[in-house]
Amino acid sequence: MANTTSTTAGGGDFTSNLGRIYGIYTGGFIAFIILMAILSAMGVENVVIGYLFMGFTIVIYAVIGVLSRTMHVGEYYVAGRRVPALYNGMATGADWMSAASFIGMAGSLYLLGYDGLGFVLGWTGGYVLVAILVAPYLRKFGAYTVPDFLSARYGGNLARFIGVIVLFSCSFTYVVAQIFGTGLISARFLGIDFNVAVYVGLAGILVCSMLGGMRAVTWTQVAQYIVLIIAYLIPVIWMSTVKTGVPIPQLMQGQALANITALETAQGITVHHVTPFVHGGYDAKNYFLLILCLMVGTASLPHVLMRYFTTPSVREARVSVAWSLLFIFILYFTAPAYAAFAKWTMLDLVASGLTPENIAEKAGWMMRWAAADNTLVQICGKAATDTAAIVAACAEKGVTALSFADINLNADMIVLATPEMAGMPYVISGLVAAGGLAAALSTADGLLLAIANALSHDIYYKMIDQNAPTSRRLIVSRILLVMVAVLAAYVASTKPSDILSMVSWAFSLAAGGLFPALVLGVWWKRANSAGAVAGMIAGFGITIFYLVMTQYGADFDKATPNMELWWGVKNISSAAFGLPVGFAVMIIVSLLTRAPSRAMQDFIEEIRVPRGKQMMEEKTA
Amino acid sequence: MATPDRVSYWNKTKSLMFVMLGLWVFFGYVIHMFVEQLNTIVIFGFPLGFYMAAQGSLIAFVVMLFWFARRQNAIDEEHGVHED
Repeated sequence: MANTTSTTAGGGDFTSNLGRIYGIYTGGFIAFIILMAILSAMGVENVVIGYLFMGFTIVIYAVIGVLSRTMHVGEYYVAGRRVPALYNGMATGADWMSAASFIGMAGSLYLLGYDGLGFVLGWTGGYVLVAILVAPYLRKFGAYTVPDFLSARYGGNLARFIGVIVLFSCSFTYVVAQIFGTGLISARFLGIDFNVAVYVGLAGILVCSMLGGMRAVTWTQVAQYIVLIIAYLIPVIWMSTVKTGVPIPQLMQGQALANITALETAQGITVHHVTPFVHGGYDAKNYFLLILCLMVGTASLPHVLMRYFTTPSVREARVSVAWSLLFIFILYFTAPAYAAFAKWTMLDLVASGLTPENIAEKAGWMMRWAAADNTLVQICGKAATDTAAIVAACAEKGVTALSFADINLNADMIVLATPEMAGMPYVISGLVAAGGLAAALSTADGLLLAIANALSHDIYYKMIDQNAPTSRRLIVSRILLVMVAVLAAYVASTKPSDILSMVSWAFSLAAGGLFPALVLGVWWKRANSAGAVAGMIAGFGITIFYLVMTQYGADFDKATPNMELWWGVKNISSAAFGLPVGFAVMIIVSLLTRAPSRAMQDFIEEIRVPRGKQMMEEKTA
Repeated sequence: MATPDRVSYWNKTKSLMFVMLGLWVFFGYVIHMFVEQLNTIVIFGFPLGFYMAAQGSLIAFVVMLFWFARRQNAIDEEHGVHED
């Protein structure tokens, strides 16, 4: 079934013409940006430009989704296993880079300086683990979902069921953050209320993933990668050119850093951008634990791992991991430059002599953001909605000339607001909004698919009704997808936390719950069913316990104090406890119980070599 | 199943994995433990310790992965276990 001969909806023609199709698409998108610039210059209103940008891109994704609709199981779950390494890399890039990378990361780097680089390192280095420890072996096995592998390796539905619980917890947390991101963008650029905006964002997400499953999501994600990378690079290239005359921001970041340090010194700021381990409570311990949790989480997140189920071979799966990281790298090594140029711009603005009276005139964008959501921009500790509010707040504190520290920008708005901050035309703002939307939608699609697949394939088909016909399984999958999505949108509308924290929690949950079972499953033949089940329960249990108790407390009451941190470890690195406990329990219990059968050991031998047919054959009828 | 060739294949695969893991530990953690010492060296305005976390280690990860894919494929072919 891996090399299915049925070419559905032009499959064969399509894959051989990928370069041309996406080339034309990229050209068309650039032409669209130019058209928007012309319309904007002709005096079309900003909010109309915003609607056009977001509407046009969503329509494109929907068209791709509709064209790749499928009722074929192999196409729906693993895109027929025909996605070439390079394009799978691009799709993984979009799958991977979510609202956290696009919207949240540069903002956090802006606020945290060196200490924010833990996110950059953690979200790239994990791919080394994916390539060397997990992905090629799961591809050889030929699973549809990650719990499929757990069930085959650890014999039975208990391991599968626990795998589904972990998958659901981490993917759901992650998807809430994405819907939150789309809500934030829609609220600011379309001027809709945040609570309504999350459901609008949701509609965009559902169109693609509902109709064509993995196949539609794959080809949409490639298109979304192109949009998001263009949208990310243009503003920072612009800033670099304006500030230094050289359009290579990654290189000119050095000059920006030197200027930031000089301006900070001149303004009496003692905590420098480039100084390590001093920002936001990130001491060296928390910095390195965060990197570890994010890296290990990368190699455990089901929505990432399942992307490597779609390549034609084990060899392609390995190459594809390298391509994925290259495409991700392009954004990640730009993010610190983005933050540096934005910070330089803000420090320059402050140095130009800001007072509560003139800020509305010099930086009107702050008021527009404060109006979208009053937590986004605070000056002198109060929402900066207009001059009167700022003057009143600052008078109360006795501030007459604003310093850098008086202006409190939310991490989630910095990337989206940078074009306005640096005085770029509105068309760039629209482009950045479309890029942020692409990032959030592409990841949400992948996540919802991972959840729906696990529920329909692992729970419904494998555990409840083994005789369910194909069509019913796919319909069940779609219904579950919508239900999960609506639930996620509801949770997002309650604003549980900021984007970056929610996403980091997802990584910790995946790392604590799945990593030991996945890695030892391939690399240690002695690992057995009892060990894996105990290890997953212990690792995941400790991680989620620490997370919930320190974030919300046992009573979920914000007024009462939560559990004290253990040794001062921030809860975004909860897997710092779950991971060692998970490994230890799994190893000890495995050694105390019976070794896996001869047949199982042969099975592991087979997974370890690329040659030979894939292990799991699926009936497609 | 566990033929001598398979054993040698798996040993080579394992050593490659450990080499990669070692490089990963070095670029992911070890080098950043010396950030303050490295920051005293400034190139093009970049303090070197900051540079390694912002760009240097990332470049190393990308290069490592392409090298790994080639190397592992060579091992597969050498032992005749590559896919047709």
